[in-house]
Amino acid sequence: MSSGEPTGRMLISAFIALLLTVVPLPYWLEIARPSFLILAVLHWSIFAPRAGGIGLGWFSGLLLDVFQGPVLGAHALALAAVTYVFCREHQKIRSKPGFQQSLIVLAGLAAYEVLLFFIDGYSGHPITSPLRWVHILSGAIFWAPATAILGYRERRS
Amino acid sequence: MAFGTGGSRSQGRGPSPGFRFTLYAVLSFVVMFLDQRHGWLEHVRYVLQGATYPIQLAVSSPASAWKWLQEVSETRDALRAENARLRDQDRLLALRSMRYEALARENGELRGLRDALPPVAERWLAAELVVQPSPLRQRFLINRGSTNGVFKGQAVLDDKGIIGQTTHVGPFSAEVILITDPEHAIPVQIERTGLRTIALGAGDTTSLALPYLPGNADVKAGDMLMTSGLGGVFPAGYPVARVTEVHGDAVQPLAQVRAIPFAAVDTDTELMLVWFRDDHPASPTPASTATGDLRTGNSKLQPQAAPPPRPKTPAPETSPTAPPPAGTGARNPEASSGTVNPAAAAPSKSRAPAAVKRPDGSTPVAPANSKDSVSGDNPRAATPPSNPAPPVTPEPSPDATPRNP
Repeated sequence: MSSGEPTGRMLISAFIALLLTVVPLPYWLEIARPSFLILAVLHWSIFAPRAGGIGLGWFSGLLLDVFQGPVLGAHALALAAVTYVFCREHQKIRSKPGFQQSLIVLAGLAAYEVLLFFIDGYSGHPITSPLRWVHILSGAIFWAPATAILGYRERRS
Repeated sequence: MAFGTGGSRSQGRGPSPGFRFTLYAVLSFVVMFLDQRHGWLEHVRYVLQGATYPIQLAVSSPASAWKWLQEVSETRDALRAENARLRDQDRLLALRSMRYEALARENGELRGLRDALPPVAERWLAAELVVQPSPLRQRFLINRGSTNGVFKGQAVLDDKGIIGQTTHVGPFSAEVILITDPEHAIPVQIERTGLRTIALGAGDTTSLALPYLPGNADVKAGDMLMTSGLGGVFPAGYPVARVTEVHGDAVQPLAQVRAIPFAAVDTDTELMLVWFRDDHPASPTPASTATGDLRTGNSKLQPQAAPPPRPKTPAPETSPTAPPPAGTGARNPEASSGTVNPAAAAPSKSRAPAAVKRPDGSTPVAPANSKDSVSGDNPRAATPPSNPAPPVTPEPSPDATPRNP
């Protein structure tokens, strides 16, 4: 399966995205920081659904849990769910133009955050601050450059 | 949206995506359940925290390098100014601690102890921030872990007040939850009145909320909040915050009170981990009990209606807090002088006998009664009246004070 599947690049990009996700930033940048790891996972589940797929989403979510989650498994579940939908519909999403892709990613991020919101509330660690929703918007805006960077190899060939 | 009917399943290998997703979802639920309900994943967390620590260290290295660069390039004048300032501060602190010695000795004498008590803090360890708290989740990572003896539920302070406590401890790092995190609750006492309540994190990096005070509670802006010693994590008497806003609406049953922490919770980069002497009266009650659940604490540590049961069974009651030997010595004569103890024998009603004992009927402690609606039979509220009440035997009341710091 290694032939043709960009597993190595996927893992490296996920790792870099994780670093970008946890690197300390000043207050306002911190709030507006898009969730790079989720964007990377979504990119790979659209453009190489067999390389990582739901497993990549789940493990990335688990890493997010270790770094910033009150309960292990919360981010993992939310990200696995969104990844599942994106993997399933990857051909449709892939064929859409850039702007519509951004909108779809916006919906995906919103679904992820809503799911996480429910899980947080149910497990007794609610974050009710409206600031938690900001990264959905910034993530959707950042989607176009992110996917351009990640898909550089495919586009060139 | 585009997620309509699923036509394009990738059925290349292995089980279908739907099945795999179900598998992962079940796995997530199991992990969440284990982590949340039973704390069975504490070891897993420990390992993961140890494994991810290098990443966090690497990620925060640019910031620390920048800080180091700033420190190195500091000019001679700035250093000299800082030196002068620190020397002033040192002199001030030395003067103050001189006074502290005298006060501690006086306090010890008042408590009927032969010698002044040792300080409640036994050991200090400086720690540095590795990862700053995010605006949404007010927790941060420090560079000390279980290899340094750090334990879960340890108090974290800076030079001005309480910062928070450790929640997850890894081998080389520990996660600290700030007192301003909405999930954190700290038992506090208003210094001016002795009124006890609980301060919750308000969620915005800089303030605490006191949601459990009745509308007519005696709270004013400017009041100082200190730890009450309940809850088993923080010792009594450490500064926590200063009240900034009080909205007492006559229609609302509860007052809305805001307070700003003394500790610079959002700008600190260095802080102190503290180990407290177990046998000190002001120490938090044994850590083995209350560290698991931050919200509820230990049910055994509810404000006790202290005095009455003790004369009857002195020894077993005193064992959990393990008071100093001098304290138990003061307690024994009390048991023998049980006849003089009607004031102490009526726990929640101890205010009434105290008032009765005063023939003039002037009860200066009356305003203190307003606190009882909050904290029930507040032992602190019970002690001051019982103090002057039996003037013949001063032993029983000093006994009650160290028990309920």
